[in-house]
Amino acid sequence: MIISNIEVIPGRQVATHLGMVQGNTVRAKHAGKDIMAGFKNIFGGELKSYTELLTEAREEAVARMIRQAESIGANAVLNVRFSTSSISAGAAELFAYGTAVVLEE
Amino acid sequence: MLLNLTIFLCLVFLGYVFGRHAEKKHFESILERENQYKALLAFSARFPPADMAISESKLVGGTVVISIDYFKRLAAGLRNIFGGPVTSYESLIERARREAILRMKEEAIAMGAEMIINVKLETSSITKGAGDQVGAVEVYAYGTALKH
Repeated sequence: MIISNIEVIPGRQVATHLGMVQGNTVRAKHAGKDIMAGFKNIFGGELKSYTELLTEAREEAVARMIRQAESIGANAVLNVRFSTSSISAGAAELFAYGTAVVLEE
Repeated sequence: MLLNLTIFLCLVFLGYVFGRHAEKKHFESILERENQYKALLAFSARFPPADMAISESKLVGGTVVISIDYFKRLAAGLRNIFGGPVTSYESLIERARREAILRMKEEAIAMGAEMIINVKLETSSITKGAGDQVGAVEVYAYGTALKH
């Protein structure tokens, strides 16, 4: 499965266009991590636990998008975009979407 | 009342001292790494150069969450009264963007890429809506790494 955020895969031709696929996940903050982040709000600096949380969540969103693409028989997802929204205090939604295609071998 | 004021002043002082130090160190580290990775180009063109023979293309990304310190938050709060540029947030977001791009570049270097195209930056505030907890910014930089 090739994932790319450009519209072409160099050297390959798109054989079939299968439409949009997407994956999302909603993650809540961990209470313990939240306390640590509270301290960081005094001193400033990177909130490593949040960085990890979001990286993990983004990987999950991409994995779900890939699963959907596989289920419809795609072998690549092009033009992938990421989006974040916070739906409630302390929870973040990570969202990945792209165009599923079948590339010629 | 007096105790509250003391705690408040302590927090402002701690924020000022540690926040300034952290920011200075972070900018130094950013400059050093930017210099180190400058051979790897990252830009926002949508298509790869026509004359480039590409063997591999892969989505790469870097993410960072940075929090503002107590002093700067107070300074930004005062700015809200008088208006004008909120420099404390400007430098926070600048740090986050540059750091995210560097992390994206690290991932691309790990796969031996020559350049990253179609770089997109996405910013969000993860503490949005959580009352006065505001002051952390999350930046995600992503693009397609190309390898000869």
